[in-house]
Formats: sequence, C-alpha cells, structure tokens
Amino acid sequence: MVERAHVLICSGSNCVSRGANSLRDEFETHLTKLGIREEIKLVNTGCVGLCEQGPFVIVYPEGVFYAQIKNKDIETICNEHLYKGRIVEKLVFDEAITEEKEIKQFTEIGFYKKQTKIALRNCGLINPDDIEEYIARDGYRALGKALLEMSRDEVVEEMIASGLRGRGGGGFPTGVKWRFAMANESDQKFIICNADEGDPGAFMDRALLEGDPHSVLEGLMIGGYAIGANKGYIYVRIEYPNAIEKLKVAIAQAKEYGLLGKNIFGSGFDFDIEIRLGAGAFVCGEETALIASIEGGRGMSRNKPPFPAAKGLWGKPTIINNVETLANIPAVIFSGAETFNKIGTEKSKGTKVFSLGGNIVNAGLVEVPMGTTLREVIYEIGGGIPNGKELKAVQTGGPSGGAIPTSLLDLQIEYETLIEAGSMMGSGGMVVIDEDNCMVDICRFYLDFTVEESCGKCTPCREGTKKMLELLDIISSGEGTLEDLDRLENLAKMVKNSSLCGLGQAAPNPILSMLDKFRPEFEAHVVDKRCPGGVCKSLIHLEITDKCIGCTKCAKQCPVDCISGSIKQLHSIDTSACIKCGVCKNICPVDAIISV
Amino acid sequence: MKSLDDLKKIREAAQHKVIMRGGTLDSIKILVGMGTCGINAGARPIMTKFVEELAKRNLITVTVAPIDCTGNCDNTPIVKVVIDKKETTYGNVTEKMIAKIIKEHVEGGKPVQDYVLGNKK
Amino acid sequence: MKNVTITINGIKTEVPENYTVMHAAEELGINIPRLCFLKDINETSSCRLCVVDVQKMRGLKNSCTLAVADGMEIETDTEEIHDSIVQNLELLASNHVFECWACEREHNCELLQLMREYNVENVYGENKHYFKKHRQINNSSDSIVLDSGKCILCGRCVTSCEKQAGLGILDFNERGNETYVGPALMHSMADSGCISCGKCIQACPVGAIKEQSHIDGVVEALRNSNKKVIVSVEPSVLVTLGEEFGTEIGENVEGKVYKSLELLGFEEIMDANFSTDLTVLESATELIDRLQNGGTLPLFTSYSPGWINYVEQYEPDYLNNLSNVKSPQQMAGTVAKQYYSGKLGFNKEDIVFVSITPSVAAKDEANRPEMQTEGIKDVDYVLTTREYARLLKRKNIDFLNLEDGSMFGELSKLSGGAPIYSEAGSIMESSLKAVSEILGETNSNLEFKDVRGLSGVKETTYTIGGEQINIASVQGGINIKEFFKKLKKAKKKYHFVEFMACEGGNINGGGAPIHTAQNQDNIDIIGLRLQALNELIEGKEHRNTRLNPIVTELYKEWLGEPGNHKAQTLLHTTFKAKKFYTSL
Repeated sequence: MVERAHVLICSGSNCVSRGANSLRDEFETHLTKLGIREEIKLVNTGCVGLCEQGPFVIVYPEGVFYAQIKNKDIETICNEHLYKGRIVEKLVFDEAITEEKEIKQFTEIGFYKKQTKIALRNCGLINPDDIEEYIARDGYRALGKALLEMSRDEVVEEMIASGLRGRGGGGFPTGVKWRFAMANESDQKFIICNADEGDPGAFMDRALLEGDPHSVLEGLMIGGYAIGANKGYIYVRIEYPNAIEKLKVAIAQAKEYGLLGKNIFGSGFDFDIEIRLGAGAFVCGEETALIASIEGGRGMSRNKPPFPAAKGLWGKPTIINNVETLANIPAVIFSGAETFNKIGTEKSKGTKVFSLGGNIVNAGLVEVPMGTTLREVIYEIGGGIPNGKELKAVQTGGPSGGAIPTSLLDLQIEYETLIEAGSMMGSGGMVVIDEDNCMVDICRFYLDFTVEESCGKCTPCREGTKKMLELLDIISSGEGTLEDLDRLENLAKMVKNSSLCGLGQAAPNPILSMLDKFRPEFEAHVVDKRCPGGVCKSLIHLEITDKCIGCTKCAKQCPVDCISGSIKQLHSIDTSACIKCGVCKNICPVDAIISV
Repeated sequence: MKSLDDLKKIREAAQHKVIMRGGTLDSIKILVGMGTCGINAGARPIMTKFVEELAKRNLITVTVAPIDCTGNCDNTPIVKVVIDKKETTYGNVTEKMIAKIIKEHVEGGKPVQDYVLGNKK
Repeated sequence: MKNVTITINGIKTEVPENYTVMHAAEELGINIPRLCFLKDINETSSCRLCVVDVQKMRGLKNSCTLAVADGMEIETDTEEIHDSIVQNLELLASNHVFECWACEREHNCELLQLMREYNVENVYGENKHYFKKHRQINNSSDSIVLDSGKCILCGRCVTSCEKQAGLGILDFNERGNETYVGPALMHSMADSGCISCGKCIQACPVGAIKEQSHIDGVVEALRNSNKKVIVSVEPSVLVTLGEEFGTEIGENVEGKVYKSLELLGFEEIMDANFSTDLTVLESATELIDRLQNGGTLPLFTSYSPGWINYVEQYEPDYLNNLSNVKSPQQMAGTVAKQYYSGKLGFNKEDIVFVSITPSVAAKDEANRPEMQTEGIKDVDYVLTTREYARLLKRKNIDFLNLEDGSMFGELSKLSGGAPIYSEAGSIMESSLKAVSEILGETNSNLEFKDVRGLSGVKETTYTIGGEQINIASVQGGINIKEFFKKLKKAKKKYHFVEFMACEGGNINGGGAPIHTAQNQDNIDIIGLRLQALNELIEGKEHRNTRLNPIVTELYKEWLGEPGNHKAQTLLHTTFKAKKFYTSL
C-alpha cells in the first residue's frame, strides 16, 4: 500500500527529552483505531532545528508544522487532520499559519527562511534508519562520482577549490589538510571523524549524527579515498547513545548495500568504518588527545609537530575531520566546488551550523551561509530577545571563544571576522546574552568548564586555568582589586601563548575578549564593588519595588522567610537575612523584585 | 550494490519514500471531501482508490489528501483536482470514475467535463 | 646528515638538521630552563618552561622537541618569554609544599634552582583565595615514598618507569588540577608491582619521589650507648658520595668516607668485599652442584634485590632457576650478628647493622621476613648514598674538608685485600673463577660481548670441566623484560645468568646521587663513575687467589663446608611468587 500522507516526528535528542519518544506509539494507536494506519507513513526524523518549540510533528503532503506536541494532541491530529482533512490550527506553530488561516510550508517560517541547508540538508526530513531515503535524496552519488570518475588528486583539488574549511573550530582548509596526508607515503593511513562534540550547549554534531548519519559516513569514505586510507574511525562520546545507535544502524546498512567493505562500486576501493567511544572528555576533541584515546591511552594532548597528517594514529598519517565538515563533503563533490563556493564569502565558503541558545526566542539549530550577519541570526532567525530585554553580547566559540558586543552586530559571520572581533567560529555554539547577565559570571562559567576539562598535562593549562577561575571568583566576590584585573589579564595572555594544545591556548579567550570589550563591567566589580548585571551574589541585594501587587507569592517561597508584607501591600526584604537565592525574583508575576 | 547503475535503480525505486517531503512536488493535488457527509457517502474508499490508482501509474508526485466539508453536501463524495492552483470540483464521484479522471485530467490536463460538479445532470 | 642554518638571539649558526632548538641553543652556550625534558625518556613538552619565540610561529614554542629548520629565527630571552617562565614557575609553586629544610632534594632541587634564578615570588602559594591541592603521601612501600605535595607533574618518573624499568607502575591519576602521579587508582606502592629500582627517584626533579628514610633510625642507634653499630659500605659509594657535596662526578672520597663514619660514631666497618666473597663462594658451590647434579639451569644470580622483586612478581615460573644465596648486604649482617658478635663480646640483639648502598631495593630486602635469623633482622637499616650524605649534613660534618681516614674496628681486618665488586658482571666473574679454583682448574678472564638486538645484555662463554658454558649478564628492568621475551623463544641455552635491576649495576643505583636533567643528558655519568671505580680497584693490593683466606677460615671455624646445612640456613634464603594489586 502506498501511503498518502507522511507524518514526521522529530526524534532529535532535544525533542526526545521533551517527550517525543511516545508520540509514535500514540499515532499507531489512534491511526489503527481509525482504520487508516496503512494510509499513513510514520517517520522518526532527526532534529528539525527549532528546538525551543519542540516536539514537532510535520504532516505531509500539506507540510503542516505542529509544535509543542504532547501525547494527548495526537488523537486530535489523527481524527481531524489525518482522517477528515481538517488542519488542527491551534496546534500549528504560530508563525506557520497566516491570519487568513493559510498554512505556510515550514521553510517559509522566519526561523527557516534565512537558512541555507547543506550540512543539514536531510536532517529532520528523512528517516535516518533507512538508507534508501538517503539514497533517494542523492545519497552516495558523490561517493560514486569520486570513486569512478575522479582520481584521488582530483578529489583533493576539488575540495581545495571548494574552499571548505574545518567546521570543528580551527577553520583549516579541509582540502589542504587532505593533501598533506595524501602526499605522505605509508602502508597504512587513517581517517577519523571527530564526533567528540564538547562545547557546553553545542549539539550540531549530535543532530547531524542522529538525523543524517549516512552523510557523515559518505564524507568519511570520500576522504578515505582521497588520502589513501582504507580504515575510518568515528570517535563519538558515549553521552550520545542515540547518535551511536543511528551510526551503528547506518554502518550496518551501508555494509549490507555494499557501500562499505570491499571493492565499492567495483572501483577497487575498500573501506571499513569502526566506532570508537570516548568517555566525554572535552580535551579528546583535540586531535592528538583524540588519537591517544583511540590508541587506548589517556586522553592527553601531545606536541605538534609532528601533525597527525604526517604521524597520527599508531604513527600513521591520519586525517581528523569534524562531523559537520564531513557532512558537507558529499554536497561539495556532488554539486561541484563551483556550486559550493558560490555560497558564503570570499574567505569563508559554504554555510555554518550554529546551536543558538541563551536569551533568545527561537533557540535551536540553524544553518546559515557564511557572511550572514549576527543581527540576521539573532533577530530574523532567532526571533530576538525574550521579555523585552536588551541584548548585551553574543558569545561564539564556546569556552574557546569570546563575546561580541552589540556594536558589532552587523558583523558578517566568517572565520576571520570573528577572530578580529576577539572571538572565534569554534564548533558553532552561539549564546545570546542579555542585559541581566554579568560578564564576570559568564567568564566564570566557561573557566569552570575548562578547569574541569583540562587534561592536566601542561603547567599553564593545568594550573593557570584554575588560578584564572580563582581570580574571577575574587573579582566576583568583591574582594578584587585593579591589580587583580592586571594579574588576570597577564595570566590569561601567558596561558594562551604557552599552553601545549588548543584547549589551553583557547581557554583564556573568554577572559581576554571580555576584558577587552567589557572592561568597565569588570572594573565596576573591583572599584565600585558593584555587579552591573545583578548576578554576582556578594555584590547585589534584592529589592522589592513599588510595582509589587502584594500577591505574597515571594514571601511564601522564600526559603529563609526574610520577606514580609500583608496581602495587597507592598512587601519588603530583610537584606540582613536574605541569602540572595533569587527565588522571589523568578516567581514574582510583575517583575517587582530587582537585584541592585 | 556493484555499480552506479545499481545505485540509480535504488534511488529511483525509493523516490516515493521521500518525494512528498521537501517541496519537490509538482503542483497536482487531489483533495477528497471528508466531512461527515462525505464519509457517509463513501468518500474514504474513493480516496483510497485514488491513492492506489496513482501508485499503479507511478504518478508519485501527485498527492491525495482529505479536506473538510466543502459545503456541497448533496453531491458527496466530492473530489477536487488542483493543477497549478486551478481547481476543478467533481461531485458524486464513484470508483468507476477514478481511472478516467486520472487519465484525462491528471495526466492529460483536461477536466472530465461530464463528471464536473454542476455539469452532470 | 645535512646541516641547516638557524639564528638564535641574533647569532647565526649551522647545526645538523636532526637537532632540536634546545640542543642548538645549548651548543651556543645559551641556557634554556626546563623541568620535564629528559632526553629519550621524557619528551612530553609539558612543563612549558623551555619556550622560545620562533618567527612566523604562533605563540611560544617548546624548544625541547622542536626540530630546527633552515632559516629559523629564534629568540630565547624576550620579555614575553621571561614573563611566561616566571608565571609558569609561580603556578608550579602554587601547589608545591615548600618545606625545603626537610626535603631530600634541598641542595639539588631543579624547581628551587629555577625559582632562585628567576627570583619568583610565591604569589599564589600562601593566599586564602587560592586553592592548594590536597597532599597525598603514598608511603606503603618499604622502599619508595610518593609525595604529591612536592610533585610538579613533569611526568619524568612516569616515563622512566616505563622506559627504563620497563614496568609502567606510575601514571597520572585523575586529571586537570587534581592530577596525581601514582600507581593506577592511587593504589598502594607496596602492592603495585614496583621493583624498587628507584629509576623514578633518579628522574624526579624535586623531592616528590624518594626513598623510605632510615636516617632517624641510624641516628637513634648511634646515640644509644648500649648498641654496637656496625656499618658496611658498598664500594661504589666511595666514588659517588662526593657528588652530593659538589665534587666532580666519580671523585674518589674513600678516605673521607671512613673518617666521616668514625666521626658519626660508627664502631665497626665491615668490608663489603668480605661479605661479597661469601656470596661468590656460595654461588660457585651452587653452580657446581647444578652443573654436576643436573639441577635447574640456567642458574640466575640473586644479589640484586630489585631483580629479586622483578622475578618474584613478573617471572615466578623461573623461581627454581634463582640462586638462593643471600646478597652481600644480607650476608654481612648475618655473619656480623650470628658469628662476629660473640667475638666482639656483644649479644646479637645489641648489634645494629647499617648498610650504606646505592640500592633502593636493599631497603625492602632488609625488611623481608626471610631475612631474619632466629627473630633477629640481619640488617637493621639501609641508607642510600644520598641519605648518608644527608646524615652528614644534618650532623654538620664538613665532608669535603675531612682528612682521609681508613677502615677501623675489628671487622675491618676481614677484608684481606679483596677485589672490589661493584661493576655489573664482577660478582659473576668472581663466582666463575671461584668455580675453577674449587675444581682445581685454571681460571680465565671473561670477555663479555654485547648481544645483538638486546641492549643492556652481554654474554660470553666460560670453560668448566672441559665444557663451555654460556653466560649472560642482563641489566636494567626494560632489558630484563626484553631478555625474557627472547629467552622463552630462543634455542640458545644459557647456564648462568646475572641480573641487575639497574643498568650498569650499583654504580647507577636508584640511591646514587641525582644529577639535573641537563647533566643527565650531557654527561656520561655512569662512565665517569665506572672509570673512578676502576681506578680505585687498581690502587688496591690484589690477592693472588680469588678465595679470601679469611673466608676459608670462617668456614673452617664456624660454617663447615660451603653449601652445607648450616651455610644453607644462615647464608641462603627463600623466594616466592608474589602477586600485586591484590587488595583492590
């Protein structure tokens, strides 16, 4: 029986964590009850991107975009939409329906309109467990083209011409990297997919692996062919069980279809892929530490040179590419470098996937052409800042990046421009920071992360990150001095300059960038003993303004009973007893409580 | 899989799996009135038959969907064929009419005037 | 080898292309600080003190492993580099316990030296705002103590255990700021599989790994007038002790050693050569017995306690090959207490026997329950060469300005102009010659040859009873490990194999004076010490016979025949297989 409608259920980890797992069962039940189960195809897809509004159900052929779907909504969708053809308007994502009740294809929604999907081309659209859906969307044609119509040199040259640069953060031209490894003669070479995504809040790679694992496999195979490797590894963190499962299925299917193994497409090229699980150490995303980990050693970086392209896994030439980079590769080879490099800017080609988070309306996964401005991403795609707050900064590059102030909002996203702005592309974390945040506190957050994640090998990173965090604590506690700011800056510069690997070299970036762009805020902490963002506990106290309506909610919730006031009367806080936990501030229905 | 041809075969055979998604469809839609009136008049088997008939002819880019009551409750089952936003409504549709509608209208581009609502006596 | 031209601090120089920047700089007399680099052993570039500025390279680069390249322009002393070194030293200092007066490495601590050179302030060390890592002391082993309070995590011990001892007992535990060096899971050292060779101690730039100290025990014994304290000095101490006081490497300070022992109040010196003669004689007897009566061959020597630890834990299947003759140190203690105590007019219980030796494993050897006779420990205290120097310093003895003394006490007369055994192979050679002598055959010198493909292994043949027997000498943990791999597969049959846990033997013992990494890299320390030892031996009066007449007398008066029951009870011991990580 051919299905007349497809129901796509977003099964990305974000939607699953919001309860998407049981939606399919609900559909099964109700469709069966209605006797139309056979007419409808149910597809669990990867992440559709707009995670803030998940879980999603998308119904084709109409392309109706249902958001924030709960189990109980499924019956309605089945009865009304699928059985009777009545679109359930109240469940449709607000922006996907016009005032005239016209349904917009979800690609017409503001969040998606400005996006260009290359890496995420199949994500949220296909069933990742079905290789035929990938093939139907031109999957593995790039591999066929590379193996049968192109020499290894030509593949590498095509990659160089495409201008594709590493999406893991460094931005090194992928083709150039391949050429090094290709040129190194060896009886054995390796190519590794770096799926050790570690930036806090970043989930681009996870979404790709869950939503379109074959694109990563195909990229890995093309890379293997180009450099002369017959063996690929996917190094993925064990915290991504769903991604690991999808990869296992994909590898098994590719083998079954003869796309992995011996003599692929009759070309004489053999390739095998093995999954290696990492324990989730951030440092294992660094190439040399990743290699050490695959070899069974402790995840510690080593000195470069020699670079892995010359001497990598088990001493053999090894290429390590990030998940997103690999997902781009089939697109580059299939459409050709010229098509690919039309997208983006002169120095940064193609698109970049970001996980947009923080104080933003449409948090989620976005893919934009290089050269898109931060303003477009934040306001047109991201929908702006919630609760009428002012934007303060945009943080990119995760714990290795920096903060970009609002004055640079029209900055076009490129590897170089972000570095010039004191930040970096990184692997794609983009955190929007509003006025209620403290830059000292945000630095503490990132440093806390790097301190935890330092492998402990080299002095500056092992000891220096800890001391930087402690200096931030001193500043945040109000006990800091201007000398402490200088000490912090000097220490940060030294750690950046003399650390062994990228983790330590980049760890001071949040501090350096924020000291550069937001120094007055740091100075306010040490000179005026004031936290302008109202975050640092030692420097603030909570106050109830006359907006108070006397609802008594705050007084009831206060864990130390320091709020007094009768019903419908202005309440007050006994600041000597207050522990500044902020519960009252969060619960106040009229925002009457402020920290000053 | 041994060659690019094999891949091509699989790709073509799998088109039906994905073509409905992602906006690559041409603009022919077959909409079947599925109000209570339509269901009572047997619209459901009509819709199923359309799906089967299209599949038989490998017209995988044409979509079939139920729509709400169109207000022509006296002439159910109602079927609308939309080509390039141009809508033709058939009334009192029976299974026997389906093959002809597909052949002449969907494939041939000419509405089956005899079946069009209002034309038929 | 091609040469390349590089510029360091404005000086153009031509160096072979396989040089590192650090090496090239050193040849120009430019000193580059370092804490983690130990050539061929620890090349992890983790301390970040040897950084240089290379034009066209981002950030500062570690010079220790950075290969030179033609046209490279390098600066080693910019303000940025200086500042970086100072800050990194401040960071290392922040977790260091500065109890320098109580530290074994007070006088040659590489961290302290750099703190001095760069005039580093301990800014983070004593400030309530800054965290100090919890100090862990792992002192379960009878030989080796780990002290995280001193550790700077350079990793030199980790790699030396792996590459020199061939074991890999030590590694990093936990990570980041909470990294600790120790056995896996910070397991007890006593149960870790360690053989106590002390290579880790030799590698440590600070006092984070040290021997289990016996100094206090010795001081107490010397203070106690009811005790008779007898000391035995391993010969290599005589040419290495001076190094602890700043002499040239391998300076002969024999006379000052005797003088200092006298000043400290030791009453008797028992010549280590005498007790070694006992080991030689018993070994020779055992070898003859095995050769003539079809015993297990090859016979393995048993006088390196580190090797004993190795074979018991890693090659227990070979325990039957192991000679059960006590080591010279234990022979000395046994004979002194069990026989000569009476002659000296003392109760056995009132004798305190102290051994001064470069062997760290000798400390746990002395504590073995098998090394007691009727409940009395054969040896009470073992001082390493370094500990003896430290004792002298504690007692304010101006060692280098001492007049030469000579051996003293009744037991010193036992020596009988014996040869000095200290070099690897020497005890074995003496044993073989003794075999010839016992059998009434003519002896000949051994000419060892290196074994191809195995470093630290030498072999030769020797004729006994008209038969050629195959002999090998294996030194160093990693070489022992490799030798066993070969032994298990090889067709060649050995008859007699000597094993020493330290490459070069006692002269390179884990308890010998420690030199900075820079000197370990640039100076042939073992060579200089061996040369000194040989000169010392040449200066001695030699016996005609290998067999010491006093030893012969000892047998006649007390023990009877070598290898008989009494000799077996007193001069032999037992070994058994040992497991480790038993108490997880």
